[in-house]
Amino acid sequence: MAAVHTLIACHECDLLHRMHPLHYGERAKCSRCGASLYAKKRDSFEHTIILALASLIFFTIANVFPFMTFELNGRVQESLLSTGVKEFFDREMWALGVLVLCASILFPALKILGMLYVLGPLELNKRPWHAALVFRMVEHCRTWAMMDVYLLGVIVAVVKLSDLANLVPGVAIYSFVALILTLAAADSALDIHAVWEKMEKIS
Amino acid sequence: MGFSPTAARSGLMSCHACHLLSPIPPLSSEGEAICPRCGATLHLRKPNSISRTWALLIAAYILYIPANLLPVMTVISFGKGEADTILSGVKELIHAGMMPIALLVFFASITVPVLKLLALTYLLLSVQYKSQWRPRERTKLYRMTEVVGRWSMIDIFMISILIALVKLDAVATIEPGPGAISFAAVVILTMFAAMSFDPRLIWDSIEEKT
Repeated sequence: MAAVHTLIACHECDLLHRMHPLHYGERAKCSRCGASLYAKKRDSFEHTIILALASLIFFTIANVFPFMTFELNGRVQESLLSTGVKEFFDREMWALGVLVLCASILFPALKILGMLYVLGPLELNKRPWHAALVFRMVEHCRTWAMMDVYLLGVIVAVVKLSDLANLVPGVAIYSFVALILTLAAADSALDIHAVWEKMEKIS
Repeated sequence: MGFSPTAARSGLMSCHACHLLSPIPPLSSEGEAICPRCGATLHLRKPNSISRTWALLIAAYILYIPANLLPVMTVISFGKGEADTILSGVKELIHAGMMPIALLVFFASITVPVLKLLALTYLLLSVQYKSQWRPRERTKLYRMTEVVGRWSMIDIFMISILIALVKLDAVATIEPGPGAISFAAVVILTMFAAMSFDPRLIWDSIEEKT
């Protein structure tokens, strides 16, 4: 099995490569199809944990405080990040409600909490309960958490309404932007191979 | 001729979740092989990749019709309602002189879904007919299809924000339309289709020939 551990197969074309130790910031690419194989990141665990903690704070603010205020002829309407989901549910359009809830709130939350749950104890050389299962879930959330796309939806909506009404951005919107940035940074700081290797060592 | 040392040829399978290599279990063994490191189910190739991707893709093609014909939302102001389809929403942005946003919405809601459907259809056909043509470019096409798909959700999120903001009973309200569900379904189905397609099949047919 030791020999197998020094090899890696490209997950896009299945070509086998011998794993070489990389310098910090380097990335190994498949020689046949160009897919990225693995990368080495500096202080990956610490950086990811700090960025995930920052994300958690921004996530909380983004969900608790007002997202945007709509003003038309002296009437004022305030909404939260989750108001759209509630409106879909009120109209019994469950599928769309669930979709928006998952993409903008649930999956980002699971991703942040999952990262902290796995990386926190691993950093202290402990293996959390069901660590492998949770970390695989974190990887799935990467595709389905769509806050960045959501933000573009916000921009389009604001532009559409700009000549109809007065829009006042709330605290939550700024926090949401910060959340997108910290979570993207946490993603790029995360060294997936290092996590699996450490998990294997501790078990 | 280049003999390519792939995992499959070396009797190994790569875990799709943690990329650990494990020996292929004997063929007689019933049930699933489990990755010893992360517990994910191991497959040599994604199971029934071609038929699964076709099924999801055909469903997406069918839903693409109502997604474009039915209104995705209706703007009601002072009792008068105006229904918007995906395309008429883009037209409206152009008329209002908001070209960059119009282009963004056009790209995300019309160009990307159409190109995605066509790209996956092409990839499936090329694998089924064991095409030898530019495997590296086809893998790149697959990679792009996988990454870019989620951006088509912009319109759905925009509708969710509009219905949350604009609900001043008689004065102005925005109601989601049935087209929105079909459109969201097209995006999700094509995302699943991209996930179930296995790009390694592109290279398998290259190796069969060599």
